Amino acid sequence: MSGKEVFYQGNEACAEGALYAGCRFFGGYPITPSTEVAEFLSRRLPRVGGAFIQMEDEIAAMASIIGASLVGKKSLTATSGPGMSLKLENIGFACITEVPCVIVNVMRGGPSTGLPTGPGQSDVMQAKWGTHGDHPAIALAPASVQEIFNETVRAFNISERLRTPVILLTDEIIGHMREKITIPEKGELEIWDRPRPDCPPEEYLPYDTSKGIIPPMADFGSGYRWHVTGLNHDASGFPTNKPSLVQPEEERLMAKVTENLDIIEKYEHLTKDGAKVGIVAYGSSARSANAAIRLALEEGIPVDFIRPITLWPYPSQPTIEMAEKVDTIVVPEMNLGQMIDEVQRCIEGRAKVVGVNRVDGDPITPENILEKIREVA
Amino acid sequence: MAKEVKTQNLEMAKSLRQVTQDEWYVPGHRTCQGCGPALVYKLVSKATGPNSIFLGPTGCMYVANTSYLCAPFAYPWMHTQITNGGAVASGIEAAYQVLIRKGKYKGELPNIVVMAGDGGAIDIGLQAMSAMMYRGHDALFIMYDNESYANTGIQTSPATPYGANTTFTPPGKAVPEGKVLFPKDAPQLVIGAHPAVHYVATASVAYPVDLINKVRKALNYKGPAFLHLHAPCPKGWLFDAAKTVEIAKLAIQTGMWVNYEWEKGEYTYQHTPKEYKPVKEYMKHQYRFNHLTDAHLAKMQAFIDAKLKAPGKPIAVPVQGPREQA
Repeated sequence: MSGKEVFYQGNEACAEGALYAGCRFFGGYPITPSTEVAEFLSRRLPRVGGAFIQMEDEIAAMASIIGASLVGKKSLTATSGPGMSLKLENIGFACITEVPCVIVNVMRGGPSTGLPTGPGQSDVMQAKWGTHGDHPAIALAPASVQEIFNETVRAFNISERLRTPVILLTDEIIGHMREKITIPEKGELEIWDRPRPDCPPEEYLPYDTSKGIIPPMADFGSGYRWHVTGLNHDASGFPTNKPSLVQPEEERLMAKVTENLDIIEKYEHLTKDGAKVGIVAYGSSARSANAAIRLALEEGIPVDFIRPITLWPYPSQPTIEMAEKVDTIVVPEMNLGQMIDEVQRCIEGRAKVVGVNRVDGDPITPENILEKIREVA
Repeated sequence: MAKEVKTQNLEMAKSLRQVTQDEWYVPGHRTCQGCGPALVYKLVSKATGPNSIFLGPTGCMYVANTSYLCAPFAYPWMHTQITNGGAVASGIEAAYQVLIRKGKYKGELPNIVVMAGDGGAIDIGLQAMSAMMYRGHDALFIMYDNESYANTGIQTSPATPYGANTTFTPPGKAVPEGKVLFPKDAPQLVIGAHPAVHYVATASVAYPVDLINKVRKALNYKGPAFLHLHAPCPKGWLFDAAKTVEIAKLAIQTGMWVNYEWEKGEYTYQHTPKEYKPVKEYMKHQYRFNHLTDAHLAKMQAFIDAKLKAPGKPIAVPVQGPREQA
């Protein structure tokens, strides 16, 4: 990859990635450990003709990016656990109205205020189930500063193409850690925009799916009339509670994800001959898992590894393959056991699954994982 | 709300000599050197005494005061989320009223005090604050104003003055003055829209006796009251930590801060200087204003002049949008 080399913090890489993807609106509220994303964009967005607004709270921040996206601007907000809890209702609104937007959650420890300056991975189930009602959920979980940049770009791409909110899950460790990264030249990474209508305004139906399950989206102010509502609606966008319309629409929202796994799913799957132990790890815990795998190999224990980069939808297929090969799957995560349930769900008893869990504000160390590998090997 | 249970009559002090030497905000915190909000807490605590319940919405007076397994509060204290200081206070007060009405609590209704920062009072916390005032709960809502979100590293709030450099309003080529908006007028928000409120006042750490007396007066009123307290922040405003009180005095001498009381519709003013100094005399000591040009300073001066021309009335402020930069 050619481009400019910089020594960036994860949060800065996220902001830079957003600019690269074409983000021109940020609505936010200060919250540790995500504030640097906003700080960076407060300096940079005015210089590229974009808008940075500090909103009055987290709910408003989420609402503002929905508004900005409806006008046609790629929009971002960044937060952490307590702020994410407040944004949830509007995330559901963006799901049902199909407004593309990206939400960054730099995860910290604990429920409520918890450990504001400590890392955590305890919002992974919230990213899937947080807002009420059945809704499509896409969450990406990068593990390095470079990957934060790239996955931020991808988050925008997926969000635009599928017209749905995408959550980027980082954590305090990779959010604040500095690494050398390369900012690719313009054009090196593909940038996708939302589908826009090509019909005359008078023929426009905002949720017309006759040409595919992602309906074209008209920018507010572009001459196309569009009624946006959080109520269930039909192709015209107006509310309906007709059972024959509601169910297919809800199913279509989910199908946007299930029928586009090729552009959403992303993972690393590393196998070793004779491995009887596997690890599934994501985000900063995957870095410790990598080191633990190296240490285990030095002791003569081969270990397979799956690192979901897209956390939701979860990569079931490689996990099933892993489960058919190994006896035990270790799932280290900085929570008291969340993705472990998903691993168990998809392998249906093909292997034993054990967790390595820490919520004390310290990272999971390679030794923590190695100890478990030795125990189960 | 039943209002007839409180019978206390906290006395006014004529000088610092008459103020108790007892401390209810005691050592055991890690606020910054020269911290204005910590001084506010100390003075407010002296005014309320120990029969009090304090609520601290998230902010620097929550985080800096309660780190390391200890806290300086010698009375029951509770952290509320930054959104809802007024709501928790409402619940506490309403529950006491029930206990008192049913004869299950025989004591005096404690002083219920929300100590919110500017964000917890008039930004994210505005809804809960306003609703507490609207419903008429017998509680005191204090906004200690250090003019920023200091806890997360100095971001702008609706109380941050025009022209301030914060991490979310960095001055640069595109936006030379940093913050382009003029602040919300917190006391006027309360006065203008809440019929259940009979007492609103502003005070400053520059005049501690006045501050203590206003807290007591607010508590003596039955029903909700609102205090707006000026609390200079050396870290956020970037001035010498030895000069907190001096900065607070300069704010009053330049008209950047006005001490007043509003009692049942009547305004009275305190510490009004015979002649106001130019706002520059206040701003030049603070690095957050260091980037401002003479044109920016003139804009600030005009804003303050307009404010001071209308004493005793809600102050009309010309609306300044981000596109109308000097």
